[in-house]
Amino acid sequence: MKLSALLPSSRRRREAELDEELAAHLRMAEAERVAHGESPADAAANARREFGNMGLIKQITREMWGILWLERVAQDLRFGLRMLWRSPGFTTLAIFCLTLGIGANAAVFSWIEGILLRPYALVADQDRMVALAAKTGGEYGSLSWPDFLDLRQSSGHFESFTVDKITGTTLAVGDRAERVSGQIVSANYFEAIGVRPILGRGFETAEESGRNAHSVVVISYKMWTERFHGDLGILGKTQLMNGVPHTIIGVAPEGFNGTFVGYAMQFWVPASMQETFDLGGYKLEDRGARWIESYAKLKPSVTRAQAQAEISAAAKRLELQYPETNKGQSVELFPLWKTPFNNAGALFSTLRIALVVAFFVLLIACANVSNLLLVRSFARRQEMTIRLSVGAGRVRLVSQLVTESLILSAMAAAGGLLVAYGCRNLLARVLPPRGVPLYLPASIDWRVLAISGGACLATTLLFGLVPAIPASKIDLASSIKSESGGVVGGRGRTRLRSALVLLQVALSFLLLVGAGLLVKSLQRMRSASPGFSTENVLISGIDLSSAGYDVPRRRAFQSELLDRVQAIGGVRGAAYARITPFSYRTYSSAPIVIEGYVAGPNEQPAPEYDEVSPEFFATMGIPLVSGRPFVRADDESAPPVAVVNEAMAAKYWPRSNPLGRVFHLKGRAVQVVGISKMSKYGSLLESSKPFFYVPLRQNPAGVVILHIRTSLAPGAMASALSREIHSLDPGLAAGEVLTMRQQVDRKSGAQTVALTLVGIFCGLALVLATIGLYGVMSYAVSQSARELGLRMALGAAASDLLRLVMRHGLVLTAGGVLLGAAAALGSTRLLGDLLYKVSPRDPMVFGCAFVVMAAAALAACFLPAWRAARIDPVRALRDR
Amino acid sequence: MTKKDLPVTRIEILQGTLDLIILQTLRWGPRHGYGIAQMIRAGSRDVLQVDTGSLYPALHRLERQGAVAADWEVSENSQRVRVYRLTAAGRKQLAAERSKWDQLAVAIAGLMVPPAESEP
Repeated sequence: MKLSALLPSSRRRREAELDEELAAHLRMAEAERVAHGESPADAAANARREFGNMGLIKQITREMWGILWLERVAQDLRFGLRMLWRSPGFTTLAIFCLTLGIGANAAVFSWIEGILLRPYALVADQDRMVALAAKTGGEYGSLSWPDFLDLRQSSGHFESFTVDKITGTTLAVGDRAERVSGQIVSANYFEAIGVRPILGRGFETAEESGRNAHSVVVISYKMWTERFHGDLGILGKTQLMNGVPHTIIGVAPEGFNGTFVGYAMQFWVPASMQETFDLGGYKLEDRGARWIESYAKLKPSVTRAQAQAEISAAAKRLELQYPETNKGQSVELFPLWKTPFNNAGALFSTLRIALVVAFFVLLIACANVSNLLLVRSFARRQEMTIRLSVGAGRVRLVSQLVTESLILSAMAAAGGLLVAYGCRNLLARVLPPRGVPLYLPASIDWRVLAISGGACLATTLLFGLVPAIPASKIDLASSIKSESGGVVGGRGRTRLRSALVLLQVALSFLLLVGAGLLVKSLQRMRSASPGFSTENVLISGIDLSSAGYDVPRRRAFQSELLDRVQAIGGVRGAAYARITPFSYRTYSSAPIVIEGYVAGPNEQPAPEYDEVSPEFFATMGIPLVSGRPFVRADDESAPPVAVVNEAMAAKYWPRSNPLGRVFHLKGRAVQVVGISKMSKYGSLLESSKPFFYVPLRQNPAGVVILHIRTSLAPGAMASALSREIHSLDPGLAAGEVLTMRQQVDRKSGAQTVALTLVGIFCGLALVLATIGLYGVMSYAVSQSARELGLRMALGAAASDLLRLVMRHGLVLTAGGVLLGAAAALGSTRLLGDLLYKVSPRDPMVFGCAFVVMAAAALAACFLPAWRAARIDPVRALRDR
Repeated sequence: MTKKDLPVTRIEILQGTLDLIILQTLRWGPRHGYGIAQMIRAGSRDVLQVDTGSLYPALHRLERQGAVAADWEVSENSQRVRVYRLTAAGRKQLAAERSKWDQLAVAIAGLMVPPAESEP
């Protein structure tokens, strides 16, 4: 062993002396036997037999030397490895179970690290970053640019403030338009987050002001290599984006994906380009236009509470100074993992549950390995007894056993990290696609390594100490005698093993219930009606602003295309909307003033709205309760009109008919002409809220979604649509054609992820628990073979024995299920908003979980029971 | 370790008494490990058997505690052997263990006598 090379030379000499001393003993014993008349060969063999296990004796003797710490560790390790190597079946199974347990935890930790705690690759000081969000009327929203500038001015606790607003543009790639994500950022962006472009520069302060004054762009490394083939002379070249030629001034370093949880950003433009990239007009001088998402970096040693106090005071001043726009608006700071404006918030609760579930899997795995070790400790009783009888301390004995456990769990931790590495992109794969590539990477850094190491230590203590303690309590006097005794393992140890199985069954049942609830919830979501048709409606995005169309050309193109689409055979209706329901893009929202409605002291009515074309309601299947839908005559020359939903009608015109009434939006008087039935706008989970529609012709948009009511398949529609678009403008392409069903399913992403994770973990748990139950049952049968044989000899039928063993297993299972059910009743409400219209105590789900658990238990008990029933009584009695 | 070929019923040495037995054996002079084992067996007329797996760890432990000291010597058949001898501390320990043992023996012997007088 190489380890001995680490020991000081005096030790090595002493080892050699021990070898010599024991060899001399053997020779003397041999010589004496020869002197008594044995043949030399017999004498050698007998002397050696009488001497005993040379290796073990040396080992125990060395322990008496008051050994060096290092040597003891080396010895324990060497001995542990040898013991594990000798029972490969046990070792493999134990490492397999623990790898699953530690791997599940490492994977979840690496997601939490890579998505929530330190989501932004290459960005410095993420632990000091906080997200800023405006809060009005209990809802979180964006900030306006003027507010942002004022907050930035009046801060002492902050090192920097940055703006990053997600946007996108369409780059044509052959026949299919490709959507890429980018960010509108403040000029200090790259400097503040500590990312230096590898080519060119970031933005200069002047570039964030002036209406559309600085059409410059920093592109991602990916875009540089894939679209521009790594052209070193890229700086100064232009790229048409949203119809405006942009000068490329920099290339971001490889691996930098911007600052938005969920998507990899491909380009960055300065805030001055807001109007080009963020629809809804010029907003840089409009305090009422809330559109930006912002991060701030705290100065070192400033707490979030101190910073919050400062920012709240600043927000209060703004409220007093600009009551017409800022009334009721406060500003709140969030840690990165609770960022309200990206996917962090949605994934936070999902990953929290995944963490709990992964921990359960680990517990179940530990219980399994504990059980295996308990069985093993019987086989090693003799060894333990010798060690104890020569005065090896119980502490020493436990440390040897714990070292063996540590070897197991260290191997499993290494395997677990491999599992985590293999699962690093699982989340992005599980989430429904969204038209742009998702980016949700796991990060395996030193923190994840440390936590996995911690899990490894903790599990070692959990599964290693439980069996080690009874082993160290071996009763010397009785165990030396009872080497060949009949009753192996006292009641206590059997009880311990049963308790471990009970725990496994209980935890598995709990996970089954959780998975069942999520399945049911997802089913409910899939079958729930969002208030519009999800069948026979196809959608596709058409980006005219990227192609450089001005407003009159957009209008002409959009109505020409609509006519052509409606003429396609099989199309029953078509309409545009700026935002399709359940989109990841946000609806417009602006403060409105309603004639005849007096707002409360802290209330600023600003419902969300959508810009839609005539026939939108018919195409989407949203019924009108009264009034009329939009018609072609509601164009730019007609008076502005709106259709409000039932909630808006009830809130702002509670005692009168809203039809014909007027509210003011962006300085225009808008007349209500219709009331639409309620539907869901952004997610199935949202509560009913005021919402209204305005005609697209009166509020032109460059990027619109075409909604087509048809029974044609998306593929057929895509080629027909592409033909029509090409005949109008060969340079244009439509985006991906989706069914409305797919669009709605995208919003159940968090539930899908939660279900997948809990489902996988639950499957693992069930497998582990079944192995555990099987192990305990087969061990019990093999240990009580004599008793079973006796029963059989006394006239018990095979079926009686089968029943006896099955009953024992099923009693254990029933106990576990009861415990698990009690735990589930108390804890499933933690699933919270992942559950949609499913009670956390749904009896159906509990019933199903019970059936599955019972089936697994029957399977686990049947084989040992069958073996018991086939015991040959003669052999069973004779063998003992 | 069952040895059916041995005629005498063997008694395993109780834990804790091995030290006493070894020290007692060394009172008659330095001896190597094999010699100690032989002497215990002979001295107890084959009743007490000391396992090699217990003897050497015990010797090395006693050496570390300072009760015995060890030197390499050459035996009568010119073999290098490790010989153990009692130290002053060892003698003290032997005296203490002996008196403990005597007390124990008396106590156990007392228990073996039927407690007739304690009857009311």
